[in-house]
Amino acid sequence: MGQFFEDPLDRVDGRLKVTGAARYFAEYDLPDMTFAVMATSAITRGKILTIDTKSAERAPGVLDVLTYLNMPSIPGWQSDPSKPAPQAALGGERYRVLGSDQILFNGQPIALVVADSLERAQYAASLIKATYQKASFETDLEKNKDKGQTVRGPRGADYNRGDANAYKTAAVQLEQEYTIPIETHNPMELHGIIASWKGNDSITVYAKTQGVKSTQQSLMNAFKLDQKNVQVFSEFVGGGFGMALRTWPQEILVAAAAKKIGRPVKLVMSRDQMFTMVGYRPFSIQQIKLGSTKEGQLTGLVHEALSQTSSYEDFAEGTVNMSKFMYACDNVATKYRIVPLDIGVPIWMRGPGEATGAFALETAMDEMAYKLNMDPIALRLKNYTETDPERNRPYSSKYVKEAYQLGAEKIGWFKRNPAPRSMKDGEWLVGYGMSSGVFNASRGEANCRAVVKDDGTLLLQSAASDIGPGTGTAMVQIAHEVLGYPVDKISFELGNSTFPPAPSQGGSTTTSTVGSAVHIACSSLKNKIVNLLLEKGGSDYAGKTAADFTFSDGNVRAGNVSVSIASLLKQQNLPALEVTENSKAGPDQQKYSMYSFSIHFAEVRVHPKTGVVRVKRVVTVADSGKIISPKTAASQMIGGVTGGIGMALMEESVIDHRYGRFINNNFADYHVPVSADIPHIDTIFIDKPDPVINPMGAKGMGEIALIGFAAAVGNAVYHATGKRIRELPITPDKLIE
Amino acid sequence: MNPFDYKRVTTLKDAISAVKPAASVFLAGGTNLIDLMKRGVTAPETLVDINNLPYNKIEKTATGIRIGAMVHNSDASEHPLVTENFPLLSLALKSGASPQLRNMATTGGNMNQRTRCGYFYDTTMPCNKRSPGSGCSAIGGYTRMHAIFGTSEQCIAVHPSDMCVGLAALDATVTISNGKSEKKILFTDYHRLPGTDPSKDNILQKGELITAVDIPFNKLAKNAYYLKIRDRASYAFALVSVAAALDIQNGLIQSARLAMGGVAHKPWRLFEAENMLQGKRPTNDNFLSAANLAMTGAKSFGANQFKLKLAPNAILEALHLAAGKSAS
Repeated sequence: MGQFFEDPLDRVDGRLKVTGAARYFAEYDLPDMTFAVMATSAITRGKILTIDTKSAERAPGVLDVLTYLNMPSIPGWQSDPSKPAPQAALGGERYRVLGSDQILFNGQPIALVVADSLERAQYAASLIKATYQKASFETDLEKNKDKGQTVRGPRGADYNRGDANAYKTAAVQLEQEYTIPIETHNPMELHGIIASWKGNDSITVYAKTQGVKSTQQSLMNAFKLDQKNVQVFSEFVGGGFGMALRTWPQEILVAAAAKKIGRPVKLVMSRDQMFTMVGYRPFSIQQIKLGSTKEGQLTGLVHEALSQTSSYEDFAEGTVNMSKFMYACDNVATKYRIVPLDIGVPIWMRGPGEATGAFALETAMDEMAYKLNMDPIALRLKNYTETDPERNRPYSSKYVKEAYQLGAEKIGWFKRNPAPRSMKDGEWLVGYGMSSGVFNASRGEANCRAVVKDDGTLLLQSAASDIGPGTGTAMVQIAHEVLGYPVDKISFELGNSTFPPAPSQGGSTTTSTVGSAVHIACSSLKNKIVNLLLEKGGSDYAGKTAADFTFSDGNVRAGNVSVSIASLLKQQNLPALEVTENSKAGPDQQKYSMYSFSIHFAEVRVHPKTGVVRVKRVVTVADSGKIISPKTAASQMIGGVTGGIGMALMEESVIDHRYGRFINNNFADYHVPVSADIPHIDTIFIDKPDPVINPMGAKGMGEIALIGFAAAVGNAVYHATGKRIRELPITPDKLIE
Repeated sequence: MNPFDYKRVTTLKDAISAVKPAASVFLAGGTNLIDLMKRGVTAPETLVDINNLPYNKIEKTATGIRIGAMVHNSDASEHPLVTENFPLLSLALKSGASPQLRNMATTGGNMNQRTRCGYFYDTTMPCNKRSPGSGCSAIGGYTRMHAIFGTSEQCIAVHPSDMCVGLAALDATVTISNGKSEKKILFTDYHRLPGTDPSKDNILQKGELITAVDIPFNKLAKNAYYLKIRDRASYAFALVSVAAALDIQNGLIQSARLAMGGVAHKPWRLFEAENMLQGKRPTNDNFLSAANLAMTGAKSFGANQFKLKLAPNAILEALHLAAGKSAS
């Protein structure tokens, strides 16, 4: 692969986005469109005694009001809701929206109003009155710590390596608890869907989804439809962060409503509904127990995490994973438990699991470094490992030592006075902190169609998604590198379920997975063009072999003969040449552990009298293999750091446990960082290809941008103030002196 | 949101008569009213748009300046009469909301914005301010943003404005018209404490309209600061804010003005602390004494306990910043 940094590509759809020309799902307008609004439960647990929809039904413009009393049956859902929920989460069938009178969480939909305008639907929804029989409920994880359940399946098993109690006899010991509140994804774009049926067996959907194929499968399952009769479009997504990785029950509800009334139905959820119905990062309580020699060699590490899920569905994530392999330690034990609570189910949120675990582990490592009177980087280097101690395999690539060095130099780490509360800028206390992040790097299966046309263009299609990282840009870059077409002649189309299948955009896999498919499809086209020339190119190519051909600027050259691919097609009377290729990882990958790493540095100012924390400078280093698209990769790191600053300093979804309701469910009260909170962020890439993962050598980076960052801020706050805040977010009230 | 009628008026007389029916309300910038309507907290049947009333000027008067009720917050914050004579007000205005909101928000509308108490906004929960007699959900609930001064058993909500804290400190007066006659009242008397009727935020009666706010000239411009402590650097309501202004002559404080936001149901003027500072030197000890005096009677409700510490710290810090310390 070439040196992408020499000629970085601007975001290919940047102009569309900043001019408003990019079309998001809610912007589609279909003939006879109708608008849906959900009325939601005012209680947390119990059942609906009465639900009065008469006023709503009589309100102007109302076409239908659905409740559990008249909800059409969903063929793919079990008919008896009292039976155990099926395993597949696709389709949201474990909790059947409007399936019964039962209320399982506050804010649960109790009715769907469909009207001829959004305003009329909103008004009618406000007229629906329900009475309830309330039941007792639990929404507070801290009051239900004793109700932890083991998660089913291998992911949930307790992990032991060596002696779990080893930390207890170590020369230096640390035992601490770390708490992270519920955080809500809160992408700018609200969630929703447009569903439009043709007859009873064919549906077209415009959705906010991180995976058009996943949404397609959910609809196929729910309505028992053939794949060819379910079309899902989602070309642009205004942020997802994980919340659009599944099809939520209310999406199936909208599809059912559209089928019933025989017109397209559009649902755009309200901001407060974004807190209750589309997941969140679960509240977690973690214990870290560390033992170390006086020289800083870890001799024991225990990581125990407790997290919440819903009463109706398990949600588990890799909260304790990082502790198993990040550091060389002979004695490691992890435990992960979930507590079912009366609240909607969580879902993966950027850096899922690891972001939670890394806050605990990387804060504990900082605490241990101070106990040992050691530099936090030195402690990490002391426990550095070149092989994965969990699976006893080499890492496919790991340049974390370089990352420590590059980041430390950039921020001036070794020039700081490491003593807590030793540095000042006027009255402001100055602190430096660092931390690590890590996330699984993988390559999944994907398909790509590639077409060269006689007009000189190259078209690529794959049912992938772009929730913002710049997928299209990276794909164009890869195609340009392989096939040598000018970037402005290449277009990459995604977000369409009729395209060759690709997985959802999640878990930092798209560049690796879809990028490989693009790479393979373009390579395959290359072969096709070479074969065409060898077979039909005439005497110019006599005696040539495939190795003699080079591709650049839309031309193919062999020796002294160069021809544009467009004119070649014209000569051969071919309007286009096309291939569709499948791409997946080979068995070699099983021999390695593949991870992306990030090393974060933060410099903060803390005002001791007001408790205000300002992040003054950030350096973040990514070891994520070859960087395909430097500009969008840097943007992705900046976005992750911004999310990390939010996690560290302000994000918290607050439930009033007396009512079981979110009390700050809006953008005024749920704080995400604004521009004034974000300093200059230096992004550094190791930019060395991983030799195993895929033809480009690119590992994922969306998750690692955020994972661990909150710990860097917290560690910097400790360095500044001498105060260790183990409960996020680090708001002024926790620091006032 | 309920269906509603919309009327645009251009004269005071039409405005007053249009707002007379029970379910009619004035619409100025709408930055709060529209939110309240969307959330179902209020459901007016008629919006009387007063944006075309002729109260959109800032003028010099014989004794000070007059800011029309319809002047946008962003315009007021930049106007030379404000920035030169009352930099405190300019700072307070710029601390509020976001540029987009300040472009819409008006002087009169800002004064009449409702509390941001989450329980007030959630119509499924009891709230004496929204639904008198239903109870106060905040007491015993999530109180981090709530009041520490002037609370009642009925309500512990705070007034959210920054502008009003500045105006309270600057001895402003409010001109209110009922279409026939005008009355002037002290700005500090405009907003009220919750007492037994938290549904009323202020003394404005139905059929009355704020037309202007007057600020008398003073000698406080040189040493004034508005300090807002919040959870993020911009676009957040105050945990605690302090308007501080000092007239320092020959090393002595001739007069002081102090008011706080985020601590009470109204902008909280600190008269006793001001009096204490009069004639004293601007020293840390004196500022500390003033800050401590200001906290007399403060009472917390659980999660807002930190304000008992943050408030005096913020007063002290604001006084130092007003006295000339660099904000850095």
